[in-house]
Amino acid sequence: MSPHQSALELWPASASAVAVETDYLILAFTVLTLVLTVPVFLGITYFAIRYRDGVEADRDTSGLRSNLIEISWMLIPFLLTLIFFAWGARLFIISKNPPADTMVIEAIGRQWMWKFQHPTGQSEINDLHLPVGQPIKIRIISQDVIHALYLPALRVQMAALPDRYTELWFKADRTGTFRLYCSEYCGSDHSVMDGNLTLMTQSDYQHWLTHSGAQITAVAAGRAIYNAYGCGACHDARAQVKAPKLAGLFGRPVKLADGRTVTADENYLREKILNPNGNRLAEGYKQIMPSFAGVIPADDLGRLIDYLKADTQTADGEATR
Amino acid sequence: MSGTSAIESGFAEREPHIPEPTLDRPIDYLHAQSTLRSWFLATDHKRIAILYLASITAFFIIGAVAAGIVRLALVVPDGAILTNDTYNKAFTIHGVVMVWFFLIPSIPATFGNFLIPLMIGAKDLAFPKLNLTSWYIFMAGALFTMVSVVLGGVDTGWTFYAPLSTAFSNSWVLPALIGVTIVGFSSILTGLNFVVTIHTMRTPGMTWFRLPIFVWAHYATSLIFLLATPVITTALILLILERAFHIGVFDPAYGGDPVLFQHLFWFYSHPAVYIMVLPGMGVISEIVPAFAQKKLFGYRFVAYASIGLASVTFFVWGHHMFVNGQSDLASLAFSALSFAVAVPSAVKVYNWTATIHKGRIRLDTPMLYAMGYIGLFVLGGLTGLYLATLAINQHIHATYFVVAHFHYIMVGGTVLAFLGGLHFWWPKFTGRMYNEAWGRISALFIFIGFNVTFFPQFILGYLGMPRRYGTYPPEFQLLNVLSSAGATILAAGYLFPMVYLLYSLWFGRRAPANPWDAKGLEWETASPPPPHNFLSLPEVPRVPYDYPIQERESGRQHT
Repeated sequence: MSPHQSALELWPASASAVAVETDYLILAFTVLTLVLTVPVFLGITYFAIRYRDGVEADRDTSGLRSNLIEISWMLIPFLLTLIFFAWGARLFIISKNPPADTMVIEAIGRQWMWKFQHPTGQSEINDLHLPVGQPIKIRIISQDVIHALYLPALRVQMAALPDRYTELWFKADRTGTFRLYCSEYCGSDHSVMDGNLTLMTQSDYQHWLTHSGAQITAVAAGRAIYNAYGCGACHDARAQVKAPKLAGLFGRPVKLADGRTVTADENYLREKILNPNGNRLAEGYKQIMPSFAGVIPADDLGRLIDYLKADTQTADGEATR
Repeated sequence: MSGTSAIESGFAEREPHIPEPTLDRPIDYLHAQSTLRSWFLATDHKRIAILYLASITAFFIIGAVAAGIVRLALVVPDGAILTNDTYNKAFTIHGVVMVWFFLIPSIPATFGNFLIPLMIGAKDLAFPKLNLTSWYIFMAGALFTMVSVVLGGVDTGWTFYAPLSTAFSNSWVLPALIGVTIVGFSSILTGLNFVVTIHTMRTPGMTWFRLPIFVWAHYATSLIFLLATPVITTALILLILERAFHIGVFDPAYGGDPVLFQHLFWFYSHPAVYIMVLPGMGVISEIVPAFAQKKLFGYRFVAYASIGLASVTFFVWGHHMFVNGQSDLASLAFSALSFAVAVPSAVKVYNWTATIHKGRIRLDTPMLYAMGYIGLFVLGGLTGLYLATLAINQHIHATYFVVAHFHYIMVGGTVLAFLGGLHFWWPKFTGRMYNEAWGRISALFIFIGFNVTFFPQFILGYLGMPRRYGTYPPEFQLLNVLSSAGATILAAGYLFPMVYLLYSLWFGRRAPANPWDAKGLEWETASPPPPHNFLSLPEVPRVPYDYPIQERESGRQHT
């Protein structure tokens, strides 16, 4: 499911009461902006025409200037904008003080994917499924650089820092599929560190947790890891670098440079990723791959191998069709 | 001129055999010497200003080409035109070059250098050799950064946030960092030179409250150069040490704190916005009275507002970090303080508007730029208050709303003021008049092109499109295409002046000393001025901006 799309939208979807109030705040500020700017725009234009050189006009300016007029146009706009400081601060304070009964989701950012873990243990990559009508707190951390989790439909974002937890909370009240993004520039694939936020009813959420959740996302998680570590830069079919293409590799015999032939099973792939310098070089290739030992954690390695396995099945499926 | 001819005719009556003078005008700074050496070892502030003008124009072209590449790539949502890495390098080059090698030196190093001594009746800056040194430091730093571009580019963004810049980026970060660090010293020395010059070199009678606002604005800017630049220099040196030698300051892997870098960075980079904006305000405060033939409304308030902005700007850096892990109390305080910036900004805008009221308005090119500036600066400033509002910031932080906002300030503000000033003082700089019709056409193109480019980005940001995205969801394509279309109009608007201004150097009409009937000492000397600015000590009028139309004050009198 992909979020609602139309060619031109001038009003973003909102999915919580705070989001709706934020919109009112922005709208009201826009009205104030017009009140403050339109007279200046019209004034400049009108004066430039009315008093242009060569036109007869009353140019007697005696007594117009006074400190009173200076002080009034210094202070009146300032005091008017202060209303918006207070309004914005009130909403901000609400957004910083979650109620006691929140459900806590763990969010881990890293180059370039999001991993979300539900309180019941299920985890998903880049996409996030959440119930409405329930206060939710997302506790955020990063494994590498600074990222930021941005949920535009809820009008909130928060940095993911590598050295401490940050958090944001909201209570969604509208179901639907919305975007989620990384909003702090984090390197090469910053713009693909995004996904979908699916807000669902409590019962749908429970159903999702027990059924679809885990299975659907295992392969997607593996693909995200494959992309996150940049495997495709060398190993995709279209890659420029001379490296073995991985589609359809799993389970096939591989001819090695030293003349042996081995089967590309789980253990071969695991060893190959962690220690490519060992005696496992495929025939016809140079040893250029870096070691990922200590780089890819064990659970991710498992998902990555599962993805390569699934990729073979997909490739086989396409070949026989 | 009339004096000269009277003397000539006087001579002619008494001594008919004396030959006509071979030169019809005094030697000016451009023609005093013509060797390359006389340019590259020049200590005349006017020649150094021209060196800066040529260099920053070159950097503007580099930055603009990078912007063009970015806008071209964003015509399609799926990144089919540029890979993500190339896109990231393009917007980084755009940001680094435009901020550090164009916007920051733009008005101070060119117009400030050229005009401050003229405006205060001095024959040069206080330290002419230091002034030349500043230019060499600037060029050395800028070219150092360009090395990283030639080698393969930088992909950290102009903000260089750690630990991305220190531990994770595989691009040429070090040369870029070293180059930007070097350029900072050029800013510091220029600021020092201006402060000392304005304090010690004013001609007799040029009291503080007879200084043009342009000089007040540059005084305020120089204070920021002196007080803020050393902080970014320190921060960048720490960044270099961390990247090169893994000395842990910002990277938590070595016990550092990445948010610390953001504090240091914005402690400079927010005031840096006023390094870009204040000189522009100075330019507008000269152009508007000249083309209204009317005294600047509220001179003292405008002068104090420059100092006010330069002071307040040091207390608002935290508004860049509301969602970056800063404490909530700090965020509340920084939000409140940021609203205070509205006070001096409003003073400037309303006083310019009031100056136009009941003036004798000539809509020549510099005035068109100035009017465009006022409109765009007002929108840019007020949208800054949206971002300073905590709850709104949580939504539009790091989206295209921010991109639109700061382009309204930096392009709508600084670049328009730069172009307005360039057209206003071009006769003074070069002794030539440009084609007025083309000037007006280009001002119109730039105003329209700018708005078509950047107004849609406010909407994109409100809709939630994050900045620095080489690929984006398809629902944002229409507004992005509109923005890119606007950029082509803007590009045409930038190209015209490059052609007709260069053309005027050889074929333009000779400029009189004061083509605009403007007030200010710079108009009392020849165009272009002689090497030491004034042939005789200029007389300082009793009030600044003594234009034909003046309000009678009901408040305090100017002295």
